[in-house]
Amino acid sequence: METHSATLFLLGASHHTAPLAIREKIALDESRASALAAFLGSTPGVQEFALLNTCNRVEIYGVARTPDTLLTLRAGFCETTGCTLSELDAACFQRHNHDTVAHLFAVASGLDSQIIGETEILGQVKDAYDNALAHKWTGPVLNRVFQKTFQAAKHIRTHTGIGFGQISVATVAVDLAGRIFGDLSSTRVLVVGAGQIGLKAAQAFQSRGAASITVASRTLAKAGEAAALSGGWAMSLADLPEAVAGADIIASSTSSPDFVLTAEMIAASMKRRPARPLFLIDLALPRDVEPVAAQLANVFLYNLDDLAGIAEENLAQREAEVAKCRAILAQRTAALWPQVAQSLNQRRHA
Amino acid sequence: MLSLLNDRALLWVGALFYLAGFITGLVALTRRKAPAGLRPVLNTFLVIGWVVQMTGLYVRGIAVGGCPLGNKFEIVQFVAWSAMVLYFFVGTAFRMSVLGLFTAGYAATLALISLLIPTWDLVRGAKIFGQNPWIELHAALAVFSYGVFGLLALTSLMHLLQNWSLKHKRLNGLFWFLPSVVQLGEINYRLLALGVLLLTFSLGVGAAWWVRDTNSVDYPKLIVTLGVWAVYTTMLFFRWRAWLVSVRFAWVCLLMFFIALFSLGPVNSSRHHEVVLTPES
Repeated sequence: METHSATLFLLGASHHTAPLAIREKIALDESRASALAAFLGSTPGVQEFALLNTCNRVEIYGVARTPDTLLTLRAGFCETTGCTLSELDAACFQRHNHDTVAHLFAVASGLDSQIIGETEILGQVKDAYDNALAHKWTGPVLNRVFQKTFQAAKHIRTHTGIGFGQISVATVAVDLAGRIFGDLSSTRVLVVGAGQIGLKAAQAFQSRGAASITVASRTLAKAGEAAALSGGWAMSLADLPEAVAGADIIASSTSSPDFVLTAEMIAASMKRRPARPLFLIDLALPRDVEPVAAQLANVFLYNLDDLAGIAEENLAQREAEVAKCRAILAQRTAALWPQVAQSLNQRRHA
Repeated sequence: MLSLLNDRALLWVGALFYLAGFITGLVALTRRKAPAGLRPVLNTFLVIGWVVQMTGLYVRGIAVGGCPLGNKFEIVQFVAWSAMVLYFFVGTAFRMSVLGLFTAGYAATLALISLLIPTWDLVRGAKIFGQNPWIELHAALAVFSYGVFGLLALTSLMHLLQNWSLKHKRLNGLFWFLPSVVQLGEINYRLLALGVLLLTFSLGVGAAWWVRDTNSVDYPKLIVTLGVWAVYTTMLFFRWRAWLVSVRFAWVCLLMFFIALFSLGPVNSSRHHEVVLTPES
C-alpha cells in the first residue's frame, strides 16, 4: 500500500483572486466562522487547522492526512458560505506544503496585502493563530509554522524598508506633523470644512492622540456632525481668525472658490505665537490656503499634490523592497521546510 | 611602549575613534533604513574615543601640572571633549543617534584640526593659573561652556536642515532621522540657557579674582570674553521673550559659535608668559 506524508495546505481567496462581490459572499462573520471551524474539526483527515479571516482574505491553513481531504473541504466551504463550486473555483486558490509556508510568510510580512507593507495583517494573523490555539485546532506542524512566521515577519519589518513611510494622504499628513511637533499629544488640530477628506484627517490625528480637535464649517450643524465623529468640538467659520491663532495644525478642505486662509490671516496669527510652528494641510481643490503663506517663518504648508507625491514616493520605496523581502523569506522558508516535512511525515503515522 | 602613552598619540587615537564613529553613522544613515544596532556601535566608538581623549588630556595635565588649557591646541581638544560629555547626557533623547553622528563629526573635526596644526601646540602659557584652583575652575568652566555652545551649534544646524527639508518637501535620506522642529527648538533653548549659566558662573569666579589684581587680565581678553557672554545672554533674553525664535534663532546660534570659536585666538594670545614646548618627534 502506498503511503504519503500528511499535507500542509492552504485553501483561500483574497483580493488578488476574488472580486469584491465574491469576497462579500464568502466573508465569514462570527457565526459562519464558527460553522466552518466546526465543519473542519469534524472532517475526517483534517488534523490541524487555523482560519485567517480579514476584509481582504479568507484563508484556511491546515494539515490533511491525504490530499483527497481537500476535496471534502472545498464542498464544506461552499456549503458554509453559500457560494457555488464554480464561484469557488474562480475565486479560490490552493497551496501545498512548501508553498503554503511561503505564502503565510508573505501574508504576515505584508507583502501580499493590498497596501504593501501594512502592519495590521500581522496582528490579524496573530489573532487567527491565538484563536486556533485556544480552541486546540493547531498541532505541532501549524504551531511551528506560525511561530516561525511571526519571527520572519518581525525580521522583515526590522531589517528592510517594507514599512517605510506612510502611503495615504491622511497618514502622510500625520507623519509630517510628527516631524514638526514630535509628540502630538500637545497639539491642537483645527479642521476647516466638514467634508469626508477633512474628517479622515481629523480621525487620523485623533488616533495619534492630538490634544484637541475643532471642526469649523459654514453651518454649525455640519461642523457638529463632523466633530462628533472625530471626538472634537464644533465652531462656525466666522470665528476662524481667532481659531487659527490657537491651532498648531490646520487641515482645510472646503469647497470655497476663494482662499479661506489668507497669508495675511496666518501672518497675524503667527505674531501671536511666534515660537510655535504652524502646519497647514490644504486638502481642497481649488486651494483653501494662499500659497504665499508657505514663505512665512515657522509655517509649513502642504497641499494635496505634495501629500500625494510623498505617498507615491513612499509606496515606490516599499515596492523596491519587495524583491529583497521575498529573497529573505525564500531563505527562511527553505530553512524551515525540512523540519516541517519531518513533522508532516510523523503526522501521517500518528 | 612608553611612547604609545604620549599625550598627543592618545589624542590622535581618540580623534580617530570619533572619526570612525562618524563614518559608521554616516554610512548607516545614508541607507534607506538604519540598522537597529547603529546606536550601540556608534556609541561604542564615541565612548572609547572619549575615554582615550580624556586619558590623553590627563597625561598632558600631569605633565604640565594643572588643567591642560594652556594653548589653542589644548583648548580646542577640551571643547571637543566637553561636547562629547554633553552628548552623553542629552543624546539619548534623539532618535537613531543622529545627534551622535553630528557630535562625532564635530569632535573629530576639532580634534583632528588641532592635531594637524603643530603651531597651536608649540608654546603654552607658563603657570597660567598661578597654582590657583579657582582660576583653574574658571578656565575649565569657560571652555566647557564653549563645548555647550558647540553642541548648540550642532543642534541649530540640525534645526536648519529639518526646517529646510520640511519647507522644500525633501523628506528622505538623512532628514528622515532628524528630530522634530519643536524638539530641536526646545533643546536649543535649554542648551543656550546651560551655556550662559556656565559662562556666567565662570566669569563670576574669574571676576572675583580679577578685582584683586586688575592687571592680571589683558583688556583684549576681557573685552572679547565679556562680549561673547553679553551676546549669548542677550540671545537668551530674546529667546525667552520669543523675539528670536525658530530659524533665525538657529542661524544666530550657529554663527555666534563661529565668532566665539574665533574669539579663542585673542583670549589665548593675551597670556603674559609662554614657554616653548619641545616639538613632537
